[in-house]
Amino acid sequence: MAETSAKTLLEVRDLGVAFDSEGGAVHAVNGVSYTLAEGETLGIVGESGSGKSVHVLAMLGLIPRPPGRITGGQVLFEGRDLLNLPERDLRKVRGGQIGFVFQDPMSSLNPGMTVAAQIVEPLRIHLGLDAQAARARAKDLLDLVRIPNASARLDQYPHEFSGGQRQRVMIAIGLSCRPKLLIADEATTALDVTVQAEIIALVQDLKREIGMAIIWITHDLGVVAGIADTVQVMYAGRILERGPVDDIFADPRSAYTLGLLRSLPDLSRGRAGRRRLHQIEGAPPDMRTPPPGDPFAARNAYATARCLTEPPPLAQAPGAAPGHLVAAWYDLPARLAEEGAAR
Amino acid sequence: MRPEPSDAYPLLSVRNLSKHYPLRTWWGGKGSVFRAVEDVSFDIRPGETLGLVGESGSGKSTIGRAVTMLNPPSAGTVAFEGTDLAKLDPRAMRRVRARIQMVFQDPYAALNPRMSIGDYVAEPFILHRPGMARAERRDEVEGLLARVGLDPRFARRYPHQFSGGQRQRICIARAIALKPSFIVADEPIAALDVSIQAQVVNLLQDLQDELGISYLFISHDLRMVRYLCQRVAVLWHGRIVELADADSLYDDPRHPYTRRLLGAVPVPNPVAERARLRDAARMPAVDPETIGALVEVAPGHWVAGDPHP
Repeated sequence: MAETSAKTLLEVRDLGVAFDSEGGAVHAVNGVSYTLAEGETLGIVGESGSGKSVHVLAMLGLIPRPPGRITGGQVLFEGRDLLNLPERDLRKVRGGQIGFVFQDPMSSLNPGMTVAAQIVEPLRIHLGLDAQAARARAKDLLDLVRIPNASARLDQYPHEFSGGQRQRVMIAIGLSCRPKLLIADEATTALDVTVQAEIIALVQDLKREIGMAIIWITHDLGVVAGIADTVQVMYAGRILERGPVDDIFADPRSAYTLGLLRSLPDLSRGRAGRRRLHQIEGAPPDMRTPPPGDPFAARNAYATARCLTEPPPLAQAPGAAPGHLVAAWYDLPARLAEEGAAR
Repeated sequence: MRPEPSDAYPLLSVRNLSKHYPLRTWWGGKGSVFRAVEDVSFDIRPGETLGLVGESGSGKSTIGRAVTMLNPPSAGTVAFEGTDLAKLDPRAMRRVRARIQMVFQDPYAALNPRMSIGDYVAEPFILHRPGMARAERRDEVEGLLARVGLDPRFARRYPHQFSGGQRQRICIARAIALKPSFIVADEPIAALDVSIQAQVVNLLQDLQDELGISYLFISHDLRMVRYLCQRVAVLWHGRIVELADADSLYDDPRHPYTRRLLGAVPVPNPVAERARLRDAARMPAVDPETIGALVEVAPGHWVAGDPHP
């Protein structure tokens, strides 16, 4: 569990990212601020267009510019602003102190290079190991991510590995320089559920061994429930809610979080107890013309007039656990209580 | 909610279906065969949803394409409303095609970007009801768009003007145009955002309640399968390892692979999910060599017998 006394590893301050397109600028990330402590696991939940992936790409200097551009903010990693680092220094952080794993291991791995060559590369660049030491380390890493017969498999190409094994190789590369932060962006989404379970168990074990912080980006609330200390819900380029994992699930304060939780069918509920699925009406806003107020207001039955005109700040939710923040003008527990009383 | 389907005659009856692909050797000679699907049998009753679950490569989509004859089986029979589809002449097959439809995973790829969505939804009428007057066709299309929750005035717009969820509604509108009795839905919600998935699942359920459509619902989303399906077949390495009523299958899974699969589904509850993670990692792997013939272990609950119990 993250403790409030733990040292801050990453601080994102008022980050903004836009993409220029023919139809005008798309404001993908709008004023995102949060902190991550050393050793903390942050689960970021959101759907496409929420800004969850774009904001980490921007942090790592990986968005194509143009059409992308940073419209403002700072990303302080151990006190240094990553957005102002020269590319040379940023490259040392990326893949070094910050490891990352993306959704599709087949397109992230170079199909023409052996697995050994791809694991060895960051070890030589970031740690300055010689060829022999780097190869020995690469073998240890494949052992670490539980790929059997590692020394023989080092000289194989990515297509000789199964999907789950390729994702393990990506994790091995992400962890190769013993990062302080591992960013996993939909790292198990393309995998079968049994393989996902293996990868998650592996990352949990590695976290215990290495002690790194993790940002785990996903659309699956179930995955986040098991591994995160803190959950952050993003929508239309903003953080709508953030807090300790147990509080977010037990006491959601954003109507969007509540809607997502209610829309999931219960795996243990039989046909006898079946009800119509709760559905969130409408669709996320077009980010070329974002609504002036709360971006979820148009789909929110609890929205007030103020929600439509003025974006709510992310602030401590009244009466909730400390550190449980919400961006909402409406008081969700009060509205739910009214509904319950009316019934 | 609707009544459970009766024990009436099956709408679709699949027997010993196999789909093999020859593997060529490097000089182009005959090699071995890849058995994508092997000896699969099941029925779908009128008004029923049968779920087909399994991992990528298990043969789910191959079965979906075989029962619609888009990619006919190598062996076995597919009988629809009592008729063996392989024995139909092309004219009779055309009539059957109107009654069997498919909805696919990717509503982006399914739509023609140069065709207005009104024309896209109208196409089945042009192909199957050539005598239909233009005005009548327009009314039908508007009715279909309204039925799937889209503004009928959108008929003149093009696919790029719609979101993923709206595009899937457009595909569904076209699929129900000719009042089919059976729809194969192959991962219809997998490409949609979480906040949109429930909308599409509710739409599929409403259409079944109103029109009595049967579904073969192919999905890797085990939570949604339990919700939507009366019966579920678990596919593994091209074979059915368990087939039962959804409640029996989820509450009392018998095959070790089914247990492993259900045990891997994350639960959106932190306390329960942390406990599941502790247990799930220790589940034993299962060996595909041991898939036996299906045995009825309880009424309607079929499990592939383990030859080495």
